[in-house]
Amino acid sequence: MQITVTVNGAPTTRDVEPRLLLTHFLRDELRLTGTHWGCDTTNCGACVVRLDGVPVKSCTVLAVMADGAAVDTVEGLAHGAELDPVQEGFVTCHGLQCGFCTPGMLMTTRALLDREPDPSPATIREAISGQICRCTGYENIVRSVRWAAEKQHTAEVAP
Amino acid sequence: MTGVQDPSVQIHAAAETPRGYGSMKRKEDARFVRGRGQYVDDVVLPGMLHGAVLRSPVAHARLTAVDTSAAEAHPKVHAVITGETLAGLGLAWMPTLSQDTQAVLATDKVRFQGQEIAFVVADDKYAARDALDLIDVQYEPIDPVIDARRALDPGTPVVRDDQEGRTDNHIFDWSSGDATRTDAVFAEAEAADDQLVVAADVLYPRVHPAPLETCGAIADMDPVTGKLTLWTTTQAPHAHRTLYAIVAGLPEHKIRVVSPDIGGGFGNKVGIYPGYVCAIVGSIVTGRPVKWMEDRSENLMSTSFARDYHMRGEVAVTRDGRLRAVRVHVLADHGAFNATAQPTKFPAGFFGVFTGSYDLEAAHCTVTGVYTNKASGGVAYACSFRITEAVYLIERMVDVVAHDLGMDPAELRKRNLLRPDQFPYRSPTGWEYDSGDYLHTLEVALEKAGYPELRAEQADRRRRREAGERVDLMGIGLSFFTEAVGAGPRRTMDILGLGMADGAELRVHPTGKAVLRISVQSQGQGHETTFAQIAAAELGMSPDDIEVVHGDTDQTPFGLGTYGSRSTPVSGAATAIVARKVRERARIVASAMLEVSPDDLEWNDGRWQVVGDPEASRSLAEIAMAAHSNLELPDGVEGHLDATCVYNPPNLTYPCGAYVCVVDVDPGTGAVHIRRFVAVDDCGVRINPMIVEGQIHGGLADGVGMALMQGIAFDLDGNCLGGSMMDYLLPTALECPSWELGETVTPSPHHPIGAKGVGESATVGSPPAVVNAVIDALAPFGVRHADMPLTPAAVWSASRGRPLRTDLAIT
Repeated sequence: MQITVTVNGAPTTRDVEPRLLLTHFLRDELRLTGTHWGCDTTNCGACVVRLDGVPVKSCTVLAVMADGAAVDTVEGLAHGAELDPVQEGFVTCHGLQCGFCTPGMLMTTRALLDREPDPSPATIREAISGQICRCTGYENIVRSVRWAAEKQHTAEVAP
Repeated sequence: MTGVQDPSVQIHAAAETPRGYGSMKRKEDARFVRGRGQYVDDVVLPGMLHGAVLRSPVAHARLTAVDTSAAEAHPKVHAVITGETLAGLGLAWMPTLSQDTQAVLATDKVRFQGQEIAFVVADDKYAARDALDLIDVQYEPIDPVIDARRALDPGTPVVRDDQEGRTDNHIFDWSSGDATRTDAVFAEAEAADDQLVVAADVLYPRVHPAPLETCGAIADMDPVTGKLTLWTTTQAPHAHRTLYAIVAGLPEHKIRVVSPDIGGGFGNKVGIYPGYVCAIVGSIVTGRPVKWMEDRSENLMSTSFARDYHMRGEVAVTRDGRLRAVRVHVLADHGAFNATAQPTKFPAGFFGVFTGSYDLEAAHCTVTGVYTNKASGGVAYACSFRITEAVYLIERMVDVVAHDLGMDPAELRKRNLLRPDQFPYRSPTGWEYDSGDYLHTLEVALEKAGYPELRAEQADRRRRREAGERVDLMGIGLSFFTEAVGAGPRRTMDILGLGMADGAELRVHPTGKAVLRISVQSQGQGHETTFAQIAAAELGMSPDDIEVVHGDTDQTPFGLGTYGSRSTPVSGAATAIVARKVRERARIVASAMLEVSPDDLEWNDGRWQVVGDPEASRSLAEIAMAAHSNLELPDGVEGHLDATCVYNPPNLTYPCGAYVCVVDVDPGTGAVHIRRFVAVDDCGVRINPMIVEGQIHGGLADGVGMALMQGIAFDLDGNCLGGSMMDYLLPTALECPSWELGETVTPSPHHPIGAKGVGESATVGSPPAVVNAVIDALAPFGVRHADMPLTPAAVWSASRGRPLRTDLAIT
């Protein structure tokens, strides 16, 4: 099937098998390997991308279901050399170790801050509860997202 | 979210980089947060094909036919490899890390559910999977051996009938300590009125490390040069290279193992799995690169199980709470192939440290290993070679003793912990603990937790509950652990004959920037940062000026890799020493530059200066340029500053820690909520405290998982009941509390920088704290012990006096 997906702002047309998973479309067809694959069963969240703004697990979405939609991946998060505040937060607060869950965590928490700019630690934990990190014990991820929220807030009130 | 310009948060802000030790942002994060890490599955080689493994759906059966003709006819299939194909190459079986053999692809029987039977190579991974369905396998079922406790019963089917003359499922008996002396203390304790013997059966269930990235490889055998490049998920690239040379008969200088970014290891990526070998054979057969990445179920069902220790613990103790002796018997379920990753002379790993942190008169243990129809067990899972099991046993037993004596478990520990004046301490089982101030570490933890207040709150809750009020049960659990890490002295420790020493190479370029090459392999530990800091501290440089190279056997010195918390104790020591060698070479050059004797120079903050004359000095960068110049050097002195080193540790290092866990348990559902977790770790000198704390956080989450959720059971047909993340539950942010950390620092006296290692401390120390807290909460029900994982069902059953057996699903 021919599909057209706007990935990180750029429309892309490809001929794909109907059974192709969105995560494989991104990784294998478009070579956007920042989106990872971890579990097959929608449990781990390493594959989270935003589909028309909503975080989804791309291992459980068919590429053809994204036809006509906008898909945003970790590769589109930074603005040139300038990192998004969640990316900065993860670096500053040691919110990652092996880095494998990180792209999914970044996409989910970016979406969280878009809808709720000042989330409590409990809200952050709930937002990432569909995702597994085997390295950090989550505490520093929570701190990273709080750091990003405060950074954004400071930037908004600054003259 | 855009337009933020704050120079204080630039990733590479030099002002934030310490000269040596201290928290600094990780060098590796710049790529990871941009999705620019390079994991094995991200690598694409020209002309690359894809492999998939056909696995057995049954646990024990004779293979009577494997028909691959339909799969071979698939238009996208390039090759189908079976056990028969491999047998023709002498590769159907491979050696394990424990002097056993393991089937690469089954030839005679399948011995566990998920065992590898055939390997398909196709144009893409979807086609490879399609073709698996076209392979027709005929099985002749055999009764599986699932219950480890029945594996040695007469008449039980023999799992490993491939071994000539074998008539049972017994692998080994191993013992440690002084049996006669220990038995004598126990006899005394049994006879004396003021003493008693406390016993309990304690299971450490089978668990799986489950790193988020599964295992995989890309084999690229160049048919012209004969050189094999293997991109693979390995924690030990050099050891793997040597093993491939031995297994496949390939010349070792024609093998390059590349381990790029690794998405977590935790021991899962220590061993060599059949899929790697199949990828190599696939590349040889097709003449093209072959990628194989296992899926999650393959990972959970076929690779690297850990623990599975059925332990009987006994403690001889005086009624006033003096621990005298410990006696242990372990039944170890090693699955179908004995593939445990342990130093050769330690078939039960370092379980011999089961005397823990206590001053005992005597101790003895026996371990019996058995085969069952399960995947290879006991491989590793952040366990420091079975210290996890040892610490869990002794810390659970100490709490059982406290329960039986009616004594506070903190008080019991205080009475029996080793004292600082006993170090270096020779344990009853022969281990030499290097340093520690255990009572101080425990007191810091109790103080941080507010232990007396917690006990008061618990007493109040229990009173209210007895009065008929509906309140959750509250439990407080302690653990005090001693780890033994940094394997190890090559005299006693090797893996398949390879001594456990590690190399380091340091090159200083003419402009004073340096490249450090190390043998250990990060899977998230942040080696690129920490090791740069170690070298930088020795040379008075910025860590930003040192690039760390690892994960490529063509570019790095030989060493055994990263597991058992050995990177900092072994490779970190090598790094400090190689940097000191560079510093000494620089001294000679500086002496020529300043025209003085080397003895007249002193090292001062990155410069060699003439003693007492700060004006007469040279920086390392100046010296490096001179070392590459036409400066005349003393006779016999080579130019350049580069140095190499191999570090052979004189002893293990012994980190310790005191943990306090507070839980609330719903008596109606058995659900456990972790309210607080206080962890005070003493890992000696901390190089990058931010990274150290991150390592501890991760280990604590692991402990929560193992204590409450993880655990892979089997039904009696041998079906693995933890074969996906829907069944094998890993902790999320909701199960984990906000960790409360503290520290004490007792440097290792024999390590060049006093560091002890920390990677697995929290995984070792936290499960007993959680379990002790849950059992403490259940005290009003008279519960003395229940096995992990303490799921709501397990807790509820235990509270009703019917503790569950958690290793088997018996219906």
